Amino acid sequence: MRFLRKSYVFLIFLFLYAPIIILIIYSFNASKSRGHWTGFTLQWYRELFKDSQIMTSLYYTVTIALLASLIATIVGTAASIGIFNMKKIKREIMLNINYIPVLNPDIVTGISLMLLFSSIKIPLGFTSLLLAHITFNIPYVVLSVMPKLKQMNKHLYEAALDLGATPFYAFKKVILPEIMPGVITGFLLALTLSFDDFVISFFTTGNGVSNLSITVESMARRGISPKLNALSTIMFVSVLLLLIIVNIRTSKDDTERRPKNEKTYQGNVFVSPTSHDI
Amino acid sequence: MKQYRWLAYPYAVWMMIFIVVPLLLVLFFSVTAKTPDGSMVLTLENFKKFWEPMYISVLIRSVLLAVYSTVICLVLGYPLALILAGKDFKRKNVLVMLAVIPMWMNFLLRTYSWMTLLEKNGTINAFFGTLERLAATYLNMELTLPRVNILYTESAVILGMVYNFLPFMILPIYSVVSKLDRSLIEAAQDLGGNNLVVFKRVIFPLSLPGVLSGITMVFMPAVTTFVISRLLGGAQFMLIGNLIERQFLFSGDWGFGSALSIILLLLILLSMGFMSRYEQENGGGGLW
Repeated sequence: MRFLRKSYVFLIFLFLYAPIIILIIYSFNASKSRGHWTGFTLQWYRELFKDSQIMTSLYYTVTIALLASLIATIVGTAASIGIFNMKKIKREIMLNINYIPVLNPDIVTGISLMLLFSSIKIPLGFTSLLLAHITFNIPYVVLSVMPKLKQMNKHLYEAALDLGATPFYAFKKVILPEIMPGVITGFLLALTLSFDDFVISFFTTGNGVSNLSITVESMARRGISPKLNALSTIMFVSVLLLLIIVNIRTSKDDTERRPKNEKTYQGNVFVSPTSHDI
Repeated sequence: MKQYRWLAYPYAVWMMIFIVVPLLLVLFFSVTAKTPDGSMVLTLENFKKFWEPMYISVLIRSVLLAVYSTVICLVLGYPLALILAGKDFKRKNVLVMLAVIPMWMNFLLRTYSWMTLLEKNGTINAFFGTLERLAATYLNMELTLPRVNILYTESAVILGMVYNFLPFMILPIYSVVSKLDRSLIEAAQDLGGNNLVVFKRVIFPLSLPGVLSGITMVFMPAVTTFVISRLLGGAQFMLIGNLIERQFLFSGDWGFGSALSIILLLLILLSMGFMSRYEQENGGGGLW
């Protein structure tokens, strides 16, 4: 039985990883064809870095992701604090509207924003893409900061005021440190969502501005390209490295902050991605 | 902390402009049409257009493919979640991480990788060819293996969906099962239940919340996708997502596209309502 269970796990992991591993292997294959191995080469990597289309879209992807998640984190964190202190009815309304982009199918969010941009005459391009990304990022920041605010001891802030702190100083020294983990989670979530987004970007960009996902899609539709294999390899390796670093850091944090037997899984952002990017 | 309320106002304005108004625009375009003289009239023409057999069959196909891939994900993912939550492996967290990592790679590249595998001269067929040649040279055997030829068919689209969404099924089930109170299982065993009974009466009912959120998390993206069908199903393959995309980017029929989006939204809301009702009926009392 135990053997059976282990082989089942192995088979599923084979299914999950085989396509990626084969892509990685063929990214070093001298021949363009899939079936045959004709020798090791780094040619596709060289061509990848020379491909101006891919490099431009990489530039746009990084710029948009950084700008959008930074703005979303600031607006979203402020909004969370505001929403948290609102009266119940208003708070419920705000939180429900905040939830719409999370639940809405991406394709509907995408076309609704496209209709908006064309109605108010914002040309599709960098600006519209940035606005769209900020819009779908903020809800995730709010959803990560909100629980931290609820966990926070309200009296801490009052105590700080009683001890003579100005509201701003108390905010900086008491509230902000308490909610910081949520803010960072929100920022990272926003960053990855923005980095990977295809559907919403697809409908809200134009004028030759395209992100990596859009470029990959248009190249893949034209057929197989060894450059894409090389790109996949680089992306996979960087994701792997990032995850390892983040996990080592969070597990260190966990063991430092909590007693060992309380160590749970929740502190880790990267274990629960959302279905957003599909 | 009441004085901080104003901090939410910028976002309130942002929400109005970028969340509420766009959705109202979709609604507006779905129920209006432009008359030849340029004015807008209220009409249900766009929704009526949908009742053509051609479009209805697209909707049915989208729902069916999403159901198939959800069922396959459940069948493949449920046992895996149970095994991972069990005591077979020491480094559970690492294995769960491994199940999730592929999701962090760009999903277009993941889908693209199946294009390279399934192609006529793709890796799988080349592998079969190599096996045949090896058998002929070393074993003197005439071996004929079948060739995979499913790229640009429904099977490829289902495969792509299962591959992309399987982790969404595994994770919620795993997280529910791994937090299950072990003493309940032991109690059931002490009371004489064999493995099957324990599974049927204790483990499965208690894992249902995970199963339900897994089903939601696979079904929703599967029914709305237009990329997987476009890459693995070919340019002519139509799911409701592709139909919507086509209205906006090719035909320029925004009214019909908006109507389709409203229908898709209703479909999602309907299935979510259905799931949450089912959850309530089973919630808590499942054990008894």
